[in-house]
Amino acid sequence: MAEPPVADQTAAVATASLGRQAGGAWLLAGPWTRHGIAALARHLPPPPAAGTPPVLDGSGLTGFDSAGAWLLRQWLGAQAAQADLRGWPPAWQALMQLAVSADVPPAPAPARPGPVQRLGLATLRGLRQAQALLAFVGEVAQAAAGVLAHPRRLRGRSVLHHVQIGGFDALPIVGLMSFLLGVVVAYQGADQLRHYGANIFVVELVGYSMLREFAPLMTAIIIAGRSGSSYAAQIGTMVVTEEVDAMRTLGIAPLEQLVLPRLLALAVALPLLTVWADITGVFGGMVMARTQLDIGFHEFIDRFGQELRGASLGVGLGKSLVFAGVIAVIGCFQGFRTRGSADSVGRQTTMAVVQAIFLVIVVDAAFSVLFNWMDI
Amino acid sequence: MGTDADAVVRMQGIVTRFGKQTVHDGLDLTVQRGEILAIAGGSGSGKSVLLREMVGLQRPTAGTVQLFGTDLATLDDDGWQALRQRWGVMFQKGGLFSALTVQENVGLPLREQGRTQGRLPDALIDGIAAWKLSLTGLPPDVVGKHPDALSGGMLKRAALARALALDPELLILDEPTSGLDPASAAGIGALIQATRAQFGPTIVLISHDLELLWRVPDRVAVLGEGRVLAIGPMATLADHPHPIVAAYFDDRRRHPAQDAAPHPQETAWKTS
Repeated sequence: MAEPPVADQTAAVATASLGRQAGGAWLLAGPWTRHGIAALARHLPPPPAAGTPPVLDGSGLTGFDSAGAWLLRQWLGAQAAQADLRGWPPAWQALMQLAVSADVPPAPAPARPGPVQRLGLATLRGLRQAQALLAFVGEVAQAAAGVLAHPRRLRGRSVLHHVQIGGFDALPIVGLMSFLLGVVVAYQGADQLRHYGANIFVVELVGYSMLREFAPLMTAIIIAGRSGSSYAAQIGTMVVTEEVDAMRTLGIAPLEQLVLPRLLALAVALPLLTVWADITGVFGGMVMARTQLDIGFHEFIDRFGQELRGASLGVGLGKSLVFAGVIAVIGCFQGFRTRGSADSVGRQTTMAVVQAIFLVIVVDAAFSVLFNWMDI
Repeated sequence: MGTDADAVVRMQGIVTRFGKQTVHDGLDLTVQRGEILAIAGGSGSGKSVLLREMVGLQRPTAGTVQLFGTDLATLDDDGWQALRQRWGVMFQKGGLFSALTVQENVGLPLREQGRTQGRLPDALIDGIAAWKLSLTGLPPDVVGKHPDALSGGMLKRAALARALALDPELLILDEPTSGLDPASAAGIGALIQATRAQFGPTIVLISHDLELLWRVPDRVAVLGEGRVLAIGPMATLADHPHPIVAAYFDDRRRHPAQDAAPHPQETAWKTS
């Protein structure tokens, strides 16, 4: 039998029909296939009345597949078993009988929790996650203590690798971002300061805001997006491919191998990146001060040296060290929470970034309160 | 076994090279309508690559691939779309979408074709999906689960159900029993035969599983040295003179326990 060309199969689709004949039999006509039944499926006549077995005349069928068979079965409902098939081609009759004899229990209605229940479930989930995070922090601390006791267990090469990937490779993006930030801060301040003839105070404005606040915070946010996500995705993929389980059976502690090097690397890299961001940010402010406020580089640097205290730099670096811990721990934690599939890796990675940025900002706000209270 | 017009798959002069490595070197293979053809061969003999070329995931370096009498190289987008509705492919690791439930996975082909040719009601699609899943012997409680919650055997069955969603004329199965215990593998073999009895598709499958090769396919093609070394019913291959074919279908390996006169070395090893 010659096969019709492929394209003809779907072109010029007629539609299936179902009609009542004079004798009480139902006439099925046209292609009862997934291509033909779309319209019919939405406008089916009322199902045959219970009692007498329905007679189905299949002599008008031009096509029949499982979609058609299932539609017919659904339409017949409880009558399906008694249906009398007349004039059907044998192959299609067999398919129909297969559909009728299928034992498919109606799908259980998906449980839709009410709003109160959803709130409760979300709260429980949040609490459980917080508990798991605390436990993870504890485990990491334990592993760190173990490595401190036996420093040779630390994987130095891995630390250096992550310093390069998470720190050195991020220099261009962090530098550019911070430079632009310095420009923006100086530009916004310049207009106001000029009103009061206080041009020179742009040095304090740029210096304090960059060193204390912008450089550490913005660097941490960039690194949360860059390294926090990659930590979660790397570890998450290793969980899915059972690499983490393989490590455990080989006697390699995943926390020592995977988490501590990343944590340590970020604790080194993030403060260094913050210093770099301080430099480029203040430089951006200097460029703006010279073009907008006629303050030369020499004048800027002189005043910068006189007015800014070292404590400002220390505050920024101290904060960035804490941010590094937050980003690395959240990234690794979410990575280990990955379960099963590729879908899960994506979800945990997103969560790692969102939670890390959120926590960095919360911690930053807490530091502001603390420093205000300590009068630093 | 039938005329040229009955060929569902016709691959001629297939040459596949990856860099300097030649996988296929002038391979010819024809699959007749309604038969179950198994492709066997050692690791690296290019079975999976051949299958990928059959469904257009990869183009051979040279040679023609014809499905249902149409050369894949000449197809336009609409032609491809129509062709894809006529086959069902089951991948080795299932290829089920992890973001969807098993039922949504099976219903997906029907939903996708509905985008272009009139939507079917959701209840109907869900019903068909549940039916196809029940045909593959899956218990009703798995339909709402995600693929990562399924065991290996269940995953294969769910993947088969998805391949069957559109009542394909050509069913392509990549290692349907790999990684399964003998009982589950036998279940899959029976399922493949039942599928042919119910829907009558042409089936091409790749397998290493000797039990499956003996019971399920009508013909077996053994790949090696870049071509089809031998093709025919399993029983005729066992005495094939080519060493690769002979080794692959070594009778002693199939039923070592029934061997009347075991190898002297084996005896020594067992008693020591």
